[in-house]
Amino acid sequence: MTTDTIHDTDHQHDDHHEHKMTGIKRWLYTTNHKDIGSMYLWFSFIMFLTGGAMAMVIRAELFQPGLQIVDPDFFNQMTTVHGLIMVFGAIMPAFTGLANWMIPMMIGAPDMALPRLNNWSFWILPFAFSILLMSFFIGSGAPNFGWTFYAPLSTTYSNGSTAFFVFAVHIMGISSIMGAINIVVTIMNMRAPGMTYMKMPLFVWTFFITAYLLVAVMPVLAGVVTMVLTDTYFGTSFFDAAGGGDPVMFQHIFWFFGHPEVYIMILPAFGIVSTTIPTFSRKPLFGYSSMVYATASIAFLSFIVWAHHMFTTGMPLFGELFFMYCTMLIAVPTGVKVFNWVATMWRGAISFETPMLFSIAFVILFTIGGFSGLMLAMTPVDFQYHDTYFVVAHFHYVLVTGALFSIYAGAYYWLPKWTGYMYDDALSKWHFWCSLISVNLLFFPMHFLGLAGMPRRIPDYALQFADFNKWVSIGGFAFGLSQLIFLAVVIKCIRGGEKSEAKTWDGATGLEWTVPSPAPYHTFEKPPKID
Amino acid sequence: MNSKEYETYYVPAQSHWPLVGAIALFLIAIGAGQFVSTLASGEDSWGGWVLIAGIAMVIYMVYGWFSNVIHESMAGKYSQQMDNSFKQGMSWFIFSEVMFFAAFFGALLYARVFSVPWLDGAGNNLMTGEVLWPEFTASWPLIKTPDGTETTAMGWYGLPLINTLLLLTSSVTAHFAHVALEHDKRPQVKFWLGLTILLGAVFLCLQVAEYAHAYSEEMKLYLDSGIYGNTFFMLTGFHGMHVTLGTIMLIVVFIRIMKGHFTSKNHFAFQAASWYWHFVDVVWVLLFVFVYII
Repeated sequence: MTTDTIHDTDHQHDDHHEHKMTGIKRWLYTTNHKDIGSMYLWFSFIMFLTGGAMAMVIRAELFQPGLQIVDPDFFNQMTTVHGLIMVFGAIMPAFTGLANWMIPMMIGAPDMALPRLNNWSFWILPFAFSILLMSFFIGSGAPNFGWTFYAPLSTTYSNGSTAFFVFAVHIMGISSIMGAINIVVTIMNMRAPGMTYMKMPLFVWTFFITAYLLVAVMPVLAGVVTMVLTDTYFGTSFFDAAGGGDPVMFQHIFWFFGHPEVYIMILPAFGIVSTTIPTFSRKPLFGYSSMVYATASIAFLSFIVWAHHMFTTGMPLFGELFFMYCTMLIAVPTGVKVFNWVATMWRGAISFETPMLFSIAFVILFTIGGFSGLMLAMTPVDFQYHDTYFVVAHFHYVLVTGALFSIYAGAYYWLPKWTGYMYDDALSKWHFWCSLISVNLLFFPMHFLGLAGMPRRIPDYALQFADFNKWVSIGGFAFGLSQLIFLAVVIKCIRGGEKSEAKTWDGATGLEWTVPSPAPYHTFEKPPKID
Repeated sequence: MNSKEYETYYVPAQSHWPLVGAIALFLIAIGAGQFVSTLASGEDSWGGWVLIAGIAMVIYMVYGWFSNVIHESMAGKYSQQMDNSFKQGMSWFIFSEVMFFAAFFGALLYARVFSVPWLDGAGNNLMTGEVLWPEFTASWPLIKTPDGTETTAMGWYGLPLINTLLLLTSSVTAHFAHVALEHDKRPQVKFWLGLTILLGAVFLCLQVAEYAHAYSEEMKLYLDSGIYGNTFFMLTGFHGMHVTLGTIMLIVVFIRIMKGHFTSKNHFAFQAASWYWHFVDVVWVLLFVFVYII
């Protein structure tokens, strides 16, 4: 390790590029938040394509009734690993990548608070996911018990993949916890003088709260996978009634992690669209402080709603009612947000650049996902919807047209800042419109399938579901292909194009637009002045 | 916060330790995964060796990484703000540990309040009790499981009580060491810190003795003796691992004290170890109440 990069603040920093290592070592040993952010983003996109390929297998199998392409066990492995990869490998790292890139620049900090820890958090991930993917080739295959790994599917009836799965989740949990601690500490401790909490961009606020959720619930996930491990291999009976435990207890502990996890994947999305919508509406965000309080309320409520995933497990009636009402309560702060976004756009001078298109689509389509969530929250109704394609439609609306669309909005919004070039506008519009149409063809009919009674996680179905499934599959393939357009846009944008100014968007506010595009390797070594 | 603090924030240069750490965790996960997978079948396992290699590599990483940090800190490159980053980072880490234990305490309470009584027909589970295991009677500690495994409960007097007193005392001695350091009374720091480490070590020895007693023919309390044994060994076991880690941290701090590190104002590592120690104490008190006494 060299010490010549210890920067004395008294000299000017125009020569920092020389301190970069070159080649592979730059990326392996880096402590730079921008390098680490880029690696997170690339990693998440690779994982997104990997998990997407698995979704294509699922949709190919479901294109028509009967068993066509894969056997049911492999189908189960596909649904399981698709879910695990998309949740832990695509959406979460993409958000962490955006956080790494943008938070230090938005709060006027020289870097993340703990830069070496930051690099460790990232490099664990490729190893964790290679273990998960390796398990396809070991023994009798990859995890096949659903991404929620309910006991006893993952314990008594495991196909032998439980051990690798558990340890992979352990190390990716370590990565998440360290990454989250880094974000919290950076925000608490590294804000430029004068940037009080209530002056922080909402993007920073949402990550602050998300990181808190991560630190609180990832250890619970570690605990529950440990219990699954000992139940499977060491003869404990946490989730086995014969020894005094209860398989339903698994669901309680898992969803105590799992429900805040859902908000971990959507709160940062709120932060992103709360950044883009004011920019392209050329108005400040409507109701900033109510947005902050709404985010905090959602985070708090997320800890007391977990059992709405388990209405059909035979909980006591009091439990069913408590969790139903608490769940519905979440609609209030979420509604505050949606109305605030609409109010921000109201009478704004709106222009429809690609990030804005994705943001508007987010507001509309996420709200559809929110409404189907309200339907699922009603206990008696949930008995009908539980474990049907209605649930699949619901969480794909909030995670694909919600979380993923917001990531695209953020990526297009900041691509000029990252690369220094404007992206290809026409191509990016193609990406948007193809995605928008295909994603609705893909997920909207799933509502009807679910209401008609098609169960999730099955490789075959009754003939009556054939027509909808055909269209869903076509939508799926089209959506999958559309994402390759995004890859083309990004590569093209990195290689060159029209030069972007420091402030790419005329309506943009925030410290990140005060530095040149592309952002220099080191920014804000001297804290900026905040009024 | 004044702006001067910000100007000296130390952003470290490239470092290979994170990568070493990532590879080490990879080896641990692969090794442990393979080792555990082959436990039941009894076939030859290479996993154990990979696991050991991974653990060795983690120790190497922690040693190298912390050496760098200590070196940088001693060279005066850190600011008050950096100190705050470390302190906040450590507090949030301890919070994450609290949540890890919360999962196991949650399992314990769920079993006691819900699943065990339900298996005996409590609440609206009359048929569960009648049909599944009609012979089963709910009790806690669960010394006879529904499928008939029998065991004995560990009492709270004797070793556990002594252990409680040891740990509580060690929290006090750790605090005395901290106060002494703040007043720059080095001989007293050494004394109180040394005593804390000794108490921790005695605690661990007694814990081993208790486990040996539990596994004896007389008690037949095993990890797989139903939910009572599960929660007993998982909670005390993870706690024991944390005490071990805390003791190691205290020993490292002790060595650094002997070398003359730390000042009365600047001693983050000391504080971190001491916070961690208080944390394992608090967990033990909860354990003592919920696992042993009630």
